[in-house]
Amino acid sequence: MAKLTFAGGIHPYDGKDMSKDKPIKTVFPKGDLVYPLSQHIGAPAVPIVKKGDRVLTGQKIAEASGFVSAPVYATVSGTVKAIEPRRVVNGDNVMSIVLENDEKYEEVAYSAANSLEELSKEEIIERVKQAGIVGMGGAGFPTYIKLSPKEPEKIDYVIANCAECEPYLTSDYRRMMEEPEKIVEGLKVILSLFDNARAILAIEDNKPDCIERLKKLTKNEKRISVKALKTKYPQGAERQMIYAVTGRSINSSMLPADAGCIVDNVDTVVAVYHAVMLGMPLMHRIVTITGDAIADPRNFLVRIGTNYRELVEEAGGFKKKPAKIISGGPMMGFALFDLDVPTTKTASALLCMSQDEVSQMEPSACINCGKCVEVCPGRIVPKMLSYYAEHYNEEAFLKHQGMECCECGCCSYVCPARRPLTQTIKSMRKIQLAKRSGKTNGQKKKQEV
Amino acid sequence: MSDLLKVSSNPHVRSKVTTSSIMLAVVIALLPAAGFGIYNFGIDALILIAVTVGTTVITEYTYEKLMKKAVTIGDYSAVVTGLLLALNLPSSAPWWIGVLGGVFAILVVKMLFGGLGQNFMNPALAARCFLLISFTPIMNNFEVDAYSGATPLALIKGGESVNILDMVIGRTAGTIGETSMIAIIAGACFLILLGVIDLRVPGSYILSFILFICIFGSHGADPVYISAQLAGGGLMLGAFFMATDYTTRPITKKGQYIYGIFLGVLTGIFRLFGPAAEGVSYAIIIGNLLVPLIEKKTFPKAFGTKGGKAHE
Repeated sequence: MAKLTFAGGIHPYDGKDMSKDKPIKTVFPKGDLVYPLSQHIGAPAVPIVKKGDRVLTGQKIAEASGFVSAPVYATVSGTVKAIEPRRVVNGDNVMSIVLENDEKYEEVAYSAANSLEELSKEEIIERVKQAGIVGMGGAGFPTYIKLSPKEPEKIDYVIANCAECEPYLTSDYRRMMEEPEKIVEGLKVILSLFDNARAILAIEDNKPDCIERLKKLTKNEKRISVKALKTKYPQGAERQMIYAVTGRSINSSMLPADAGCIVDNVDTVVAVYHAVMLGMPLMHRIVTITGDAIADPRNFLVRIGTNYRELVEEAGGFKKKPAKIISGGPMMGFALFDLDVPTTKTASALLCMSQDEVSQMEPSACINCGKCVEVCPGRIVPKMLSYYAEHYNEEAFLKHQGMECCECGCCSYVCPARRPLTQTIKSMRKIQLAKRSGKTNGQKKKQEV
Repeated sequence: MSDLLKVSSNPHVRSKVTTSSIMLAVVIALLPAAGFGIYNFGIDALILIAVTVGTTVITEYTYEKLMKKAVTIGDYSAVVTGLLLALNLPSSAPWWIGVLGGVFAILVVKMLFGGLGQNFMNPALAARCFLLISFTPIMNNFEVDAYSGATPLALIKGGESVNILDMVIGRTAGTIGETSMIAIIAGACFLILLGVIDLRVPGSYILSFILFICIFGSHGADPVYISAQLAGGGLMLGAFFMATDYTTRPITKKGQYIYGIFLGVLTGIFRLFGPAAEGVSYAIIIGNLLVPLIEKKTFPKAFGTKGGKAHE
């Protein structure tokens, strides 16, 4: 039973008007491109090129290592300059392949499929795996694993996550407005893997033009339909999305497949289409460059590995001095301390703000107002969990279901005492996940890239 | 490397609501009741309110200065405590009652237990009960120029008839802020519209109280009797402004209903079977003591966890 929404959540200022009506512009990078070997959840990829090698656009430069992993492809032609640690969005230094761009954009030949019917299910999954596709909504979980659940016949919903509930982000919106056919074709590919499933395009109702366009496009598709969900953050969170569309609820230790669902972000669905039908690996994504510090906020089709600084220049540079730059949206994005980082498979936006309201706020005593409980989509009690985390009370933290937090940030957003609720709970979760993975050898399922 | 930018954990935006904006909203919501109290009882009421609020603010400031802590009077919570306490005093009370109550509320009930958010009893009500026990004749003296002295609830308890219209408007004897149902409800609506309070606690409190007096009140479901019980005494002020006190009510949604029902039943028992006509203050501070237990027993089940089993 579709609920079309979920309990809890917030309505922050959405800031989408800044960039939503700007068409996607293709960017041709000029400087070096950097490819971190770990742009996904799981084992880092292993380089298969060495310094001095010449590579072409679309050539594989790093191979997946192990089951949960993904290969990496060159997105321009040029020469391998170095394989060395480089800074990524979350501040870590990650081993990366650095490519000197020769600006010729010479491409390898892709082996397009003649038709979907000719491909077996195994071939489709293999193509997705070889293309290096990972969840492009931000999680970065290898998509081929998602598409090969234990019991594919039990999957009855394929959900295209078109919510884009993060404020300021408009990349999915532009994709839906400009290339809706690719989304529908991508869904057809995924549907061919699951005989008992139907596909739902789940779109928040603040995008009526997308809803109308996709409805028109899927009018004659028996297995694909559009659902308008109520606009509320975090509607795009996987578990809230499944609940809104199907009425089924899963907890943090379950997979969407346990509820008979496959959930993929819009851009991921398009990447599946490119990989399976055109034979192209994952090389591009749409990135929103926005915020009040940006001269001309807009959406770009970006070759993965392009430096963020180049994208800012493409967007007219800064019109005000930025105080804070965030990779992703304001609710779940990472704050950067330096702009010289590469875009990755999971980079959805760069938000440049001339004011940092958060660093001016002093936390004060909790007044027990209960707003965090009210908005928590995980239906836990952030106030208590934050207290346990601050006092490093692991036992109480686990007992009170601290691991069910999805780190959406709603509790910190509403807290009138400005307490760092999300931050403390997130830290404790990270510690617990690290401990767990230490014990069970890398079986952690959910963690940011 | 270029200039380093500011970094912090997500989220990077916050809502506009702050502790002080919430407290200020409560102060504004109490103004109709306070204003009517001053209109009803005259200049004495105004002086008592001023003295009490002044005392609570100065007490908090002095304590924090002496203890070398950050001064928090800017969050208006001391103003709320002072105002609520004053509205719970009879206008005939001498100025030192306000001072004593204000010091007790802030120093003993609030600051000694750790300040804002740490007190386990509502400071204003704890102070009122302290005064009620210590200075019973003063606290129960409702005789002013305009009124003979008996509160409507005392009249009902004595079997006499009351004027419901006067009670709803507030033209009766009583403490400064409790008499006018209209003024209190107006303030409460303002808070509900702003989202500062919700109806979970006041609603379950009032409904369970009505149910209790219908069953045990020997008047059955007599609408006049029920209206008199609702409009009389501190029920409205208590249900909307003191039972909803964030710090001393359960944080869990289910717990808030249980807490409200408990207060309704307790108020019913005190009013029907106790020696005094009133029982709201005692009901709420006893309810306050049960909050940790209620919270423990009503801890919500996380999304997607059937049977509430903790996932580790």
